[in-house]
Parts: sequence; structure tokens; C-alpha cells
Amino acid sequence: MSTAMKSTRDAYGECLVELSADPRIVVLDADTSVSTRTNKFAAKCPDRFFNVGCAEQNLVATAAGFAYAGKTAIATAYAIFATGRPWEQIRNFVAHDKLNVKIIVTHAGLTNGPDGASHHSLEDIAALRVIPNMTIIVPADAEEAKQAIRAAVEHPGPCYIRLSRAESPVIFGPSYKFELGKGVVLRDGRDLAIIATGNMVAKALEAAEILEKKGINARVINISTIKPIDREIVLNAARETGAVVTAEEHNAIGGFGGAVAEVLGAGQPVPVEFVGVRDRFGQTGETEELYETYGLTAEKIVEASKRVLSRKRG
Amino acid sequence: MVSGERLKELAEKAYRIRRHVLEMTTAAGSGHPGGSLSCVDVITALYFHVMHHDPKNPSLPDRDRFVLSKGHAAPTLYAALAECGYFPVEELKNLRKFGSILQGHPDKNRVPGVENSSGSLGNGLAIANGMALAAKIDGRPYRVYALLGDGECQEGLIWEAAMFAAHYKIDNLTAIVDRNGLQIDGPTERVMSVEPFADKWRSFGWHVIEVDGHDIPAIIGACEEAKRVRGRPTVIIAHLIKGRGVSFMEWVAGFHGKTLSPKDLEKALAELDAWYEGLAA
Repeated sequence: MSTAMKSTRDAYGECLVELSADPRIVVLDADTSVSTRTNKFAAKCPDRFFNVGCAEQNLVATAAGFAYAGKTAIATAYAIFATGRPWEQIRNFVAHDKLNVKIIVTHAGLTNGPDGASHHSLEDIAALRVIPNMTIIVPADAEEAKQAIRAAVEHPGPCYIRLSRAESPVIFGPSYKFELGKGVVLRDGRDLAIIATGNMVAKALEAAEILEKKGINARVINISTIKPIDREIVLNAARETGAVVTAEEHNAIGGFGGAVAEVLGAGQPVPVEFVGVRDRFGQTGETEELYETYGLTAEKIVEASKRVLSRKRG
Repeated sequence: MVSGERLKELAEKAYRIRRHVLEMTTAAGSGHPGGSLSCVDVITALYFHVMHHDPKNPSLPDRDRFVLSKGHAAPTLYAALAECGYFPVEELKNLRKFGSILQGHPDKNRVPGVENSSGSLGNGLAIANGMALAAKIDGRPYRVYALLGDGECQEGLIWEAAMFAAHYKIDNLTAIVDRNGLQIDGPTERVMSVEPFADKWRSFGWHVIEVDGHDIPAIIGACEEAKRVRGRPTVIIAHLIKGRGVSFMEWVAGFHGKTLSPKDLEKALAELDAWYEGLAA
């Protein structure tokens, strides 16, 4: 892992410019194009960019209309607004009719820190995970974000891609190959497996370093495709290490940890600890301050690892 | 001008579709006959005269698109599609039955000729906007027709989409509102006023045409007028009667979501037959 930092939304803007020659693609935004970086596409391709204004149901329903007519429609806004308000349009049209609508959001989790609770998104993974036909991807860094967006555009059907406002450590080099539906072991280990998604992946790697110094050998797995989840990598981790910690920038209820626990409960029950926001709303603050307050840190992953190990041994 | 011969054919289609709607909803024992009967003449005019489409090739790239936003009028859409030949008329008796392609509300994945799933109100206009803009981007000549309920226009998304259509000058879109004045809980003006309805659309930048929606030549004329309008979308406010065609169903909000008993069905069909024979005579 290098010390370079880059936000996944910046990667998104660059990727859209690279994809702009593809005539299938239309991009829609709900008055957030400067913040989400879709303005890069708008400048390049004004004829295939549509600002719907402050109207997120219209954002998704219009995107659905484009997709019914054969377009690949990318609908973008802040995570909370692009999923919460038009949830029913996503369910009844985008997902039900398996439309080529890619809902690519920014400002997910706590990364829109200073805007406060109304602008945070700690429920979106849970809210979309229960909808049939949805593919959900939470990239761990800028490189993975770019590759995930390209994969989503080529993948037929609805996709949700969850990006961040805040800068995060660069994890992957250009030689990395993202594969939809596949997790990646970033660090091998035998005592327990830390399975993380999104911005928590870098923190999981940090936690593994700390644990190594304490003589604990942790496997670190990045799962960016939360749905459909890579069952094999999760079950192998449980079988081979016997204990699992999940880490996500989301409510610990119903999100990524829930998805991992469903796989484990049915296939390979082992002790699991969940690092995530403990069923609370956010508040104003810098993202790093909020990560501290809400327990989304390498230290909390270390603590959870110790807890899960004591249960494993107990 | 529509020929007298063509008008006779259209009247026959409307009659047949009305019969299907009553028979299939009674057989199903549930459904929405009132708001299905109200829009029979509009849907007949669209599918049998106005729209360019090919039942043998439902995915014809340049076909005109029909978006049924008021998805509870599914029986009328199904009957029209069957009469067109998209699927056998015999299938209609399976409405709302387990395993049938004819779900309670339209399912694009199951029924040939259905452009989009619906049933959730307020969404069709935005969907139609996306389809119409896609045609413009690709330089395709097709038009999009969206049929909305009047009660449905209480949904906020209708007005988000109305604003959008005018902003993007979507002139290859014709919205038609089934203004029958009744919704499940009673008259629209008592449940939640939509008036002044035409003024609302005008103030949103739309070209507005008001017609007697049971007058098929008038509907066709309004659709022709809409094709000539440049730089803005057109809405046809079709004044209609819920339950149209059956004396004891007309203007009755109760028939929004209630079907006829087998005995009342016989009476209703007899009325329709008498009406049609009167026309033919």
C-alpha cells in the first residue's frame, strides 16, 4: 500500500471521460454534478448528459426510461439521496425489469462528514441488498473504482456502485485486475480473516500490521462486490482460519457484515465480529473524526480481532 | 381525416376490448374494471390507428412506444395487445391467475408488447421522457405515448417529470391523462384536488389539448395536432367516464377496484351488445 491518496469520486470523473466515446452511455445527475464529478462527462458530452435538478425519483425513473430504449444509463447523486428517495423506482423498474441502469453514487458512508447526518449514508447497502437482480459494488480505492465502473457498464442489468467524497489510500496499482463477483486476498494469514469493503480495506491492512506485531497472523480479504458475494472466498477463510471480522463504513445491521454472516451461518459457522456503525446516525465532523467516533478505525478492527479470537479459542 | 370504414373498425375494436375487460376481470374476481373501461377508446385509437408498431416484431426499433403509467388499467392494455395479435386472445381468461403472463399489473418480462412494468403510480411520465430523449439522441423517428390517471397526478414525480419534459423540449412525447374524475376513495376533487388541471400543465410549459376522450376521431385529431407541435411536449386531457359503456358502472368510484358478479356481467355484456348493434345498424 502506497502513501498516495485519491478519492473514488475523482476516479469516477476520469473514468467517465474515458467512457464518453461510448454512444450507449447517457449520464444523469440531480444537481450534484460538480461534487460527484459527472460535470467532467457533461463538459465532454453535453448531448448525452441530463441534469434533472433536485429530483432524485425523476433521476432514477428517467434513467429507467433511457434503459428501456436501449441506453446504458448512469444515474448519479449523493449516496443517501440516490438510494433513499428513489428506492421504489429502483425496485419496481430498474431491478424488476433488469434494466441497464448503473446507479453510481458518491459521498457514501461518513465521507461527507461536515454536512452532517442528513447527508451521510449508512443504510444504503442494506436497503439495496434486499432487492433482487441488484449488483452492489463498493470499491476499495480509486483504481478499483475505475475498473468496477468499466465492468458495470459491460455487465447487463442494474448495478449500484458506492463511492466516496474523501480521499483514501491507493491500494491497487494498474496491474490489478478487478473481477465482478470476486473477492481478493490482500494478505494471507491463518489465525483469523478480516473481511473488509470500501474504505475499511486500507484500515484492515493497517490492523493486520498491528496484529502481526502482537503475534497474530490475520488474513485480509477485500470484497468489493457485496452482491453477488464471493461465497467461496468467505467459506475458505472461515474453514482455514476459524474466525472472521467484517469491516464496513455502514450500519453494522443488514449491510456487508450481514451478507458475510449469511454465507457463514449457512455454510461454515464460525465466530464473527462486526466492525461498523452501531445503529446510529452520524453528526457533523471531519470524516476522520467521525471514523474515530463511530468506531471505524484500525484499532477497532484489532479489538474485534482479539474478541473473535477469544471466542474461537473459548 | 379518418375514413368511415376505419371508424367502424375502431368502434368494433373498442366494443371487443370492453367485453374482454369485463369478462376477464369477472373471471379473475379482482382487478380494476372502472379505470379500465374509461381508457378503452384512447387505447383503441392508439393501438389501431395512431401508433406505428408491429405485433409480429414487438422489438421493432422504430416502433412508437406506449407507456401505461396507470398500470391498474392492465386489462385494457392486455385486451388491446391480444386483439392486435401480440399473443392469443384465449390468454385473456388467465388474467391474474398463477402462472399466467397476465399479472395483476403489467410485467414487461412476461408479456410481448408491454414496454415497461408498471403498477406503482406516478412513474410513467419520467420513463416516457427517457424513452423519448433516447430517440432524439439516436435520431430515431418514433414517438412516445404515456397514459396517466388523473388521481395519479397527485404523485410528486409526475410534476418532476412534467418540468423535465418542458425543460428538455421533448416534443416527441404525447401524454394523455385519463381525466375521469374518480379515484379509489372518491372524486379527485374531494380526495385531493388536481384542478385547475389544464392550467397546471400550461404553467409547466406544456401544449394542452382537452378532448372528449370517448370520441375516437377527437383523440386521433389531438394526437395528430401533438405531432405538429415543436419544441415542447403535449398533454391531451381526455375527459372520460369511469366504467364507460355499462350504465350501472358509469361514474361509480366503487368500480375502481371491484369486479362484476357473473350475473351482473351478463347484464353488462347485454348492454354492450345492444350498444354495438345500435352502432352497426
